Parts: sequence; structure tokens; C-alpha cells
Amino acid sequence: MLTPTRHPNRRPLHSGAVKAALGAISALALSASATFAQDYNPDAVINIGSLYEPQNLDNTAGAGQGINEAFNGNVYEGLFVLTDAGHVEPRLVDSYEISDDQLTYTFTLKEGVTFHSGDPLTAADVKNSIERVTAEGSASSRKRTLANIETIETPDDRTVVITLSSPSISLPYNLSYVWIVNDDAGDITASADGTGPYTLQEWRRGSALAMVPFEDYWGEAPSNGGVMFQYFTDATAQNNALLTGAVDIITSVQSPDALSLFTDNPDFTVAEGASTTKELLAYNDRVAPFDNVEVRAALARAVDNEKLLQAIWGDYGTLIGSFVPPTDPWYVDLTDVNAYDPESARQMLADAGYPDGFSFTLDTPDYDPHPVVAQFVQNELAKVGVDVKINIITANEWYTKIYQAQDFEATLQEHVNHRDIVFYGNPDFYWGYNNPEVVELIAGAERASSVEEQTEMLTEANKIIAQDAASMWLYLYPQIVVSKSNVTGYPVNGLNAQFFVSDIQKAD
Amino acid sequence: MLGYITRRLFILLLSLFVAAIVLFVLLRLLPGDPANALVGVGATPEQIAAAREQLGSDQPLGVQFLTYLRDLAAFDLGNSFVTRGSILEEISRRLSVTLPLTFAAFFLALVIAVPLGILAAVKADRWYGLLLSIVSQAGIAVPVFWLGILLVYEFSLTLRWLPSGGFPLRGYADPGPAIRAMVLPVLTIAIVMSASLMRYVRASTLDVLDSDFLRTARALGESRAEALMRHGIRNASVPVISVLAIELATAFLGAVVVEQVFSLPGMGSMLLLGIQQRDYPSIQGVLIVTTLLVLLTGFLADLLQRLLDPRLRQGARR
Repeated sequence: MLTPTRHPNRRPLHSGAVKAALGAISALALSASATFAQDYNPDAVINIGSLYEPQNLDNTAGAGQGINEAFNGNVYEGLFVLTDAGHVEPRLVDSYEISDDQLTYTFTLKEGVTFHSGDPLTAADVKNSIERVTAEGSASSRKRTLANIETIETPDDRTVVITLSSPSISLPYNLSYVWIVNDDAGDITASADGTGPYTLQEWRRGSALAMVPFEDYWGEAPSNGGVMFQYFTDATAQNNALLTGAVDIITSVQSPDALSLFTDNPDFTVAEGASTTKELLAYNDRVAPFDNVEVRAALARAVDNEKLLQAIWGDYGTLIGSFVPPTDPWYVDLTDVNAYDPESARQMLADAGYPDGFSFTLDTPDYDPHPVVAQFVQNELAKVGVDVKINIITANEWYTKIYQAQDFEATLQEHVNHRDIVFYGNPDFYWGYNNPEVVELIAGAERASSVEEQTEMLTEANKIIAQDAASMWLYLYPQIVVSKSNVTGYPVNGLNAQFFVSDIQKAD
Repeated sequence: MLGYITRRLFILLLSLFVAAIVLFVLLRLLPGDPANALVGVGATPEQIAAAREQLGSDQPLGVQFLTYLRDLAAFDLGNSFVTRGSILEEISRRLSVTLPLTFAAFFLALVIAVPLGILAAVKADRWYGLLLSIVSQAGIAVPVFWLGILLVYEFSLTLRWLPSGGFPLRGYADPGPAIRAMVLPVLTIAIVMSASLMRYVRASTLDVLDSDFLRTARALGESRAEALMRHGIRNASVPVISVLAIELATAFLGAVVVEQVFSLPGMGSMLLLGIQQRDYPSIQGVLIVTTLLVLLTGFLADLLQRLLDPRLRQGARR
């Protein structure tokens, strides 16, 4: 999916200080999922507070990120799953083979899988589920990534053969977003029929969504007696619900102010995971002076990201120095590249032909944290003689003016997705970064014959965009989940807005 | 009277029609295309075109307007762009939260404001009469959301008596939790509303207390309380009723804020969501139904005033 989220219905995510990146993250994940000595109640219903209510129940019908949070891996499963640690693992696939030309994938489905309605999982369901995503009217964010699927064949009930028009090492990853839906389910905007460990019990729009364990689930049974997502439109109301015990967990904390309610309180656990949400200042790399690498690098050096992060998130959040978060396999710590150094910034601007600086307009979305970030950047750049004019715009204007018309000099945006460095390989993307070497690396990585080769190429691309200061990457949001201290086993990273609930346990 | 009602109904329908036109125009003036909101960032031009066709936003405005009026006349509010569900069903579900909230708050406000307002007028020269007017004056200045937060802090977070927000999944099928969920929101609206109502009741009662007919009644030997009960209240209530209608409408609209504070699934949150998502049918539906309710309230208040005050009826006859 391409995508910055476009309005306050967004998801802030996070990671701690860049500790030993993945190692630290899995340690955190372990600590949150470790079962305490106290016994848990297998019948306990877990109440989860969330700000992301789905708009409908079909992820190909513009349901928003809330549907992934509630349903991915819980009600629906994919052929593969993107785990909370960022690995892609088989789920409904028992085994698969890739042809030598990497164009044909043959999947064998797991045996004994049934839908909630009782129908058995067949190859036809899989074919139809993939076609739901790629269909003409589909609003799925995954549609484009699956565009290279040429044919899907089903030689028998347990075999699915996918033929691609070009090699795609990311196919299993992309398929992890595709819900396998019962072909006979019909319209699923208000009901559900998946293979996951939970069945949808009831959804009351504006209020809550309840699910109960599916008795005939093929895998391990859930550790709880059901889950209720309670939806809030206001972060304070959500925090209050946790404080009063109306909910057991809140899936993300919106502001550091609210955190002080829960830290240092033995009744609550504050779990910090790895986010994929990057706050960035995107230049329009097509227009002067931002077509000049030296200018972009100079501006990157002029802004003290650490101070910015501290001001907004206190001790939470991470600096990564590029666009790649620690849960992407091609992450490397690039904070040293074009690190904060206002002296050299001034010098570089002079060398680039701007000894007296210049002025540009920064189109700033009107919701948090962008206006604050814009002011900070304005102050920092003023110190090196660059004059920033802040132009506040709505989310919708952002979409039409910047994303579609590409009519801007620079803008602020948060990009929420996992593995989205690929945007830098698309010269037509809104920010217009065009380095043929990167384009080739990113395209080549998709044709790679192994995950290792793919990782190597994308790591290289990551380093180049950092050197090129393609955009100004300000910080990585924190991803914070707060729970009552008798609740354990929940996912902390929430990659791509997923929130697997099956292992959540609650002690009496 | 019948002629009056017919005339009044005609005006109501005309107002509704004008409101419908204004709504239609205003929504089309908003920047941004709902098709964008529907298919999301990253959609191809073909996808956007398909979405436009699906929404009918590719049709000329005139055609859109006629379709809109035709559907409205049949009371068909259409389906949401976003949920794909029926707007009318959604509104009736939402009204099951907003209407009880509004009416409960309204009646509670009456129960508080009428006796206290009369007391404040009758005992205007005593210290507690004065105190009551000071309190009501201060109450008017209190923002609804602030009071809501304050009540949550005290009764939910500190005393743990009542939930801080939310509404049970099964709604009124879970009567206990549903009623508990409504207590603080109702209190919030009622307190703020009663403050301003009290001032009207007090002012109106003071007018009556100064009136000639009351002095005459006293002269005929009735006690002050008797005179007030027999002649005063009815007279004092006439101006208060027109204020009540406005207050009721305000309470209904104020529910938008209160529902947000307490995360209640009512009309207010539906409107806000609709605006965020450029879900025109939702916004239109909520606003049309709201307008209708407000107009109806005014209509009923007018009728009630005529029933209470024979002078108005005679005025109409002449």
C-alpha cells in the first residue's frame, strides 16, 4: 500500500530508542507475552479499547485500518501471516514451490481447515479471495502489489497455482494481506466468514465489536474466552476507560501526556514496541532547489531531530536516519548520515549557491503532530538562513494538491506502512525522487531469487537514499500499548495495524 | 385552530425544502471528491472514475439534485458511501441513543430549573435567591464538554461509581449498563441547560409578580403563593415555552459534543464521522433528520402556546 494515512483516523506507531533494533524488539515482545506465574482465566473476555473503528467489515471496500486491527489473523487468515516480529510465515499454506523462472508459485493448502460457517476451505475460495482484492471495484490498498498476477489455477481442491508476469519475491508477503474468505459468503461488509480462531459475534457501529472463539478452529485454541473491541472517538475517553477498568488494553497511546497516567502505576503495564510510522518532511525533489542533493543534505543537517522527538514524545520514539524502520529486514542505523550539524549545513548551502539561504513553502496537514513539527523545522532552518512559510492544509487538500497534482515544494506527512521503501523506487511518486541506481535496486530486489539477495539490495538502496537525503526523515513514532497488569500476551508492534488477540491472557 | 395548523405545517414543509436545498449546495461546495475518500490514496484514475460512477458524483449537478429530492420525498436517505448500509437504519439506531439522551436531559433540566427559577424570583430579596441567580449565571458560562470532563473525573475516575464513556454492545437489551452509561451524559446536558432555563423562569416569574392581575388577585384576598399558582404560573409559562423549544433543539445539537466526550454512538458522532469521511449521504441524512426534529419542536411549541394562551388564539381568529 502506498500510504500516508490521510486524516486523524491514523495510527501512530513506535519503537524505543534504537537499541539493538530487532533484538530489543523481540525481547520486548517476549516480555509482554511471557505468561506470569499467576494463573489466567481461559474464559475471560478481553476488552480492547481502540480509536480505529472499522467503517465496514470488508477490507476491499474502504473499511479503513480498523478492520485489519480487528480481523487480520483473528477472524480471517491469509495464506501467509506477517507476524508481530515482522516475519512472513505460512498460515493456510501447508507447503509451496517456486518454479526456476520464479514465475509460478504452487501452493498446497492445509488440510482440515473450515470456515466459520462450516464449509471446508478449498482452492476455489483462495482463488476468489485473491480476485476480490484485484477486482475492478476493489478499494484494497494491496491491489497494486498483486497486479503482476497473471493467472490463478486450481488443479484440485488443495492446490493453487499462481502465475506471475514478472518475478516477485514479495508475493508471500503481499499475500499475507489477502483474507481468505468463504466463496459463498456473499457481501461481507456487515458479516464475516473466515477461517480464523474467532468468529464475529456482533458489531454495533459506533460502539463495539465482539468476537468469540471458533470451536472448530484448525490451529491452537485462543487463550481467552473472547474479545470485545470497544471503539472510542476521543483519546481521553479511551484512557479513562482503561483507568476505570472498562477496558483491559488500549491498542495505541496517542499522546505522551496520557502516558503519565499509566507509567509508575503498578496496576498498568506500558509496553513499547516497534512502530513503522515515519514522520517526514518530503521535498518535491523535482523542483529547485530540492533537485540538488547538497541542498537537501544541508537541510537535513540543520534540523535537530533528537530535540524535536524529545519535545513531542519525551523519552519515546526513535531516530532512524532514513525511511526504513527496524522491523523491515533492510533496516540499518543511518542516523550518522547527514547528522545534525548546523555549521556544515551553512557551508553546504553556500557551496550549493545559496550563501544567503532561500525560502520555500511547507504544506502542513492541519492535524497533530504536523503543525508543531512545522514550527520546529521553521525555527531550525531560520538559523541557517532558510525561510519556511507554513501553509496549513486539510487532509483532503493534501491528497489532491500534493499526492495527486504534485503541486508543492515541501510537505509534512506520516507514512505508516511496513516495507514501504519501494516508494523511493517510483520516480512518479509524489515526492519525485529519481535516482536510477535506486530505481534499479528496488526493481531488482523484487526479482531477487532469495530473500537474502532481496535484503541485500534493499539495504543498499536504503543507504543510498540516506546519502541522497531524498527526504528529511524526522523520527519514527513510538508504538505504545497499555494494559492492565493482569493482562499479557498481546502484540506490541502492531505491524500494519494488526492486533493478534489469540494469545491474550487475563488473570482473575 | 385547524387553519392555523395547516398553515403552520405548510411553513414547516417549506422550511424543510429550503433546508434540503441549502444542504445539497453546501455539501457540493466542500473541497474534495468523496470518490477519493472512498478508494483511498494510491487509487488509479480508473478506480476513481469507477467510484464516481458508483456514487453518482459523475452525474451533472442538476440530475444529482433531482435524484436527491425524489429520494427525499420517498424518505429514502440512501446508503452510506462508506459502510454501504442504509442511512435511515443507521439514523434510527443512533436516535435510540440521542433522543433518550436529549429528552432525559431536558426533563431533568425542567425539574431543576422550574422550581429553582420560581424560588429565585419569589425570594429575589433573600440571600439564597441571590445565590441562585449567581449560580445560574455562572452555570451559563460553563462549556458543556468541560463539565462532562469534570463529572467523569469525579464520578468515574475518583469515585468509580459510573462508567466514563461508551455504550453497551447490545444497547438497551442490557438495560443496567445502558442506563448507567447515560447518567453522566444526561447530567452534563441537564446541568448546563437548567442554568439558562432557570434564568428565563426567574425573569418570567418576576414579570408576573409585578403584574396588575396578580396584585388584583392579592387584593381579592389570595395569598401570594395561591395567586402565583392560580394565575401566575400559566402566564409565566407562555414566554418560557418558546425558550424551551429552542433549548430542546439546542440540547439535541449539544448532544454532538457530549456524545464525543462520552464516546456514545449517537447522531453527533455519526455526523462527525460523516464529515471526516466525506460521506455525503450520511451528512445529508443526519442534517435533514435533525432539521426536521428541530422544526417539529418549534411547531409543537407554537401549538402549546396557543393552547395555554387564549389571547393568541383570539388574535388568530381576528
